[in-house]
Amino acid sequence: MSGWTNHLMIAPIIIPLVVGAAMMLIDERRRTLKAALGVASTLVLLVLAIVLLRMADGMPLDGGAVTVRVYRLGDWPSLFGIVLVLDRLAALMLLLTAILGCAALVFSLARWQHAGAHFHSLFQFQLMGLNGAFLTGDLFNLFVFFEIMLAASYGLALHGSGLARVRAGLHYLVINLAASLLFLIGVSMIYGVAGTLNMAELANRIAVIASEDRALVEAGAAILGIAFLIKAGMWPLGFWLPNTYATVSAASAAIISILSKVGIYAVLRLWLLMFGESGGASAGFGGVWLLAGGLLTIAFGSVAVLATQSMARLAGASVLVSSGTLLAAVGAGQSAVIGGALFYLTSSVLAIAGFFLLIELVERGREVGADVLAVTREAFGEDEELDEDDEVGVPIPATMAVLGASFIACALLLAGLPPLSGFLAKFAMLGPLLSPGGTGVSTTAWALLAALILSGLATVIAMTRTGIDVFWASPVDTVPRVRVVELAPVILLLTLCVALSVQAGPVMRYMEATARSMQAPHGYIGGVSPTPWPSATVEGGDR
Amino acid sequence: MELILALGIGVLTGSGVWLLLRPRTFQVIVGLSLLSYAVNLFIFSTGGLRTGAAPVLERGAVGHLATHADPVPQALVLTAIVISFATTALFLVVLLAARGLTGTDHVDGREKDR
Repeated sequence: MSGWTNHLMIAPIIIPLVVGAAMMLIDERRRTLKAALGVASTLVLLVLAIVLLRMADGMPLDGGAVTVRVYRLGDWPSLFGIVLVLDRLAALMLLLTAILGCAALVFSLARWQHAGAHFHSLFQFQLMGLNGAFLTGDLFNLFVFFEIMLAASYGLALHGSGLARVRAGLHYLVINLAASLLFLIGVSMIYGVAGTLNMAELANRIAVIASEDRALVEAGAAILGIAFLIKAGMWPLGFWLPNTYATVSAASAAIISILSKVGIYAVLRLWLLMFGESGGASAGFGGVWLLAGGLLTIAFGSVAVLATQSMARLAGASVLVSSGTLLAAVGAGQSAVIGGALFYLTSSVLAIAGFFLLIELVERGREVGADVLAVTREAFGEDEELDEDDEVGVPIPATMAVLGASFIACALLLAGLPPLSGFLAKFAMLGPLLSPGGTGVSTTAWALLAALILSGLATVIAMTRTGIDVFWASPVDTVPRVRVVELAPVILLLTLCVALSVQAGPVMRYMEATARSMQAPHGYIGGVSPTPWPSATVEGGDR
Repeated sequence: MELILALGIGVLTGSGVWLLLRPRTFQVIVGLSLLSYAVNLFIFSTGGLRTGAAPVLERGAVGHLATHADPVPQALVLTAIVISFATTALFLVVLLAARGLTGTDHVDGREKDR
């Protein structure tokens, strides 16, 4: 493992850092230059992510083989220094980030980049934080990248300013600062007992921790988990999420929507490493909580989906539903289910980002408060008075037709209806749960099945209602003026979902390989820290 | 020493949480600062408390946790201080913006119905 290809791993962090910092120095008025730099950097990141994904996919999967590539910063041994680790899961998340980055940035070129200062720098730092959080193999480094990601997201959330954004942004800031403090407490408790921050080494040591210290490590992990679950928006911790996501400008919302998946990613990675099958006496710790929390989140998200009156909040509530689905699937704890869950994650990240972008385009042509009016009218049974002259023979403008078709695609994806990838993902999760080898179907499986189907139903109802209000009820509304650069990212994201459905076989094979390598983390642990505990307690002198 | 430190962390955390739950943005930011001090002390204490022990090795010396302080928590606490300082400053800006836009220092941007 040598040569320049080995350094590709750190490029997804370095490139946005350098480009973002350089753009700080460029005068704010030179917009074209900044936009060109931003787009170039994001496209390079996309190419890199594809290369890294192919690299990760090429690694062996058989028992005992190393399934990761490790990049040691400063070439310190992994016990002392910080390592970056590339495995299938990290590569998948990198690719998703890059795709969302491209879509959101191209979308912002039309108008959002002009709404405030330093948009492009913030955007690059956001990508840097996300990439770093996915690549790092060190718990405290994960905290640092979380903070970079969050600091950039504060900026992006407030981008465009305005009363509603500042008000929601204030809450978002406070809750995330508090969560960061919990993150620190959890990390330091784990360090205090286990004596390491390296994730792989931690997984090594978790099984041999003395029984009197075990409660302390588990408490630390639980506090850490709460910090992640606040990001993911699990039920009692996620009330901030729909509010924030609804006020954020569309381009920022599309990229910020992956932040909730970062919480899921962290839970998935750390939980399977620390409390997977190699966890000793702690194996499976907290699984029930994840499952119950996930189910409650689905329930809350479904009610929120039904209750919302605006499209942006509907999208926020869909984020909650998808977080809940993922948490419950992870908590169910079977490797086959996790493969399906990763497929669901991919599909829902793309669909929700596409939906956030679409909402802004659709709402452009409508008067403020039209949603609230429509729902109230429905509730009180007042019919809209129809002008009969206008109704006959009005052709649908091409723009509205494209927007409408995209909306239908989003609805199918979010609700999980065939033929698109949302359905395949739910099927891939439920299939293994409902056909276990020999034994009957467990209560857990039934609960998850019911939750998934009911949340799908709630989404269908809400999306249909919104769709009718927006696309059918008001032909006299002015057609939104939409530019091609704004429509293209939406169509790109939705086309990718269609591609996911068509190419479900190869994609699912990758997801299952990912799930298998995560369920049996020996490949990860062996790849990162070749010297097992306790041979390397204290060393010194000959550095 | 452990007792005093534990009490200190406890008092800071208690005050911090109480202030965090108050309705004024200024109270919230002071609460967050107190909480971050408590967390920083907590991180520092996870390396074990000891007086007169150096965290850095002399040239040629062999380090051992019995004679040396653990350098990692000190490095962590330094990072944590920098980050919490930066985010607090950021929060201060948002706080001022909210005060300017809403005309009130309530965290919800509007006073409760009087």
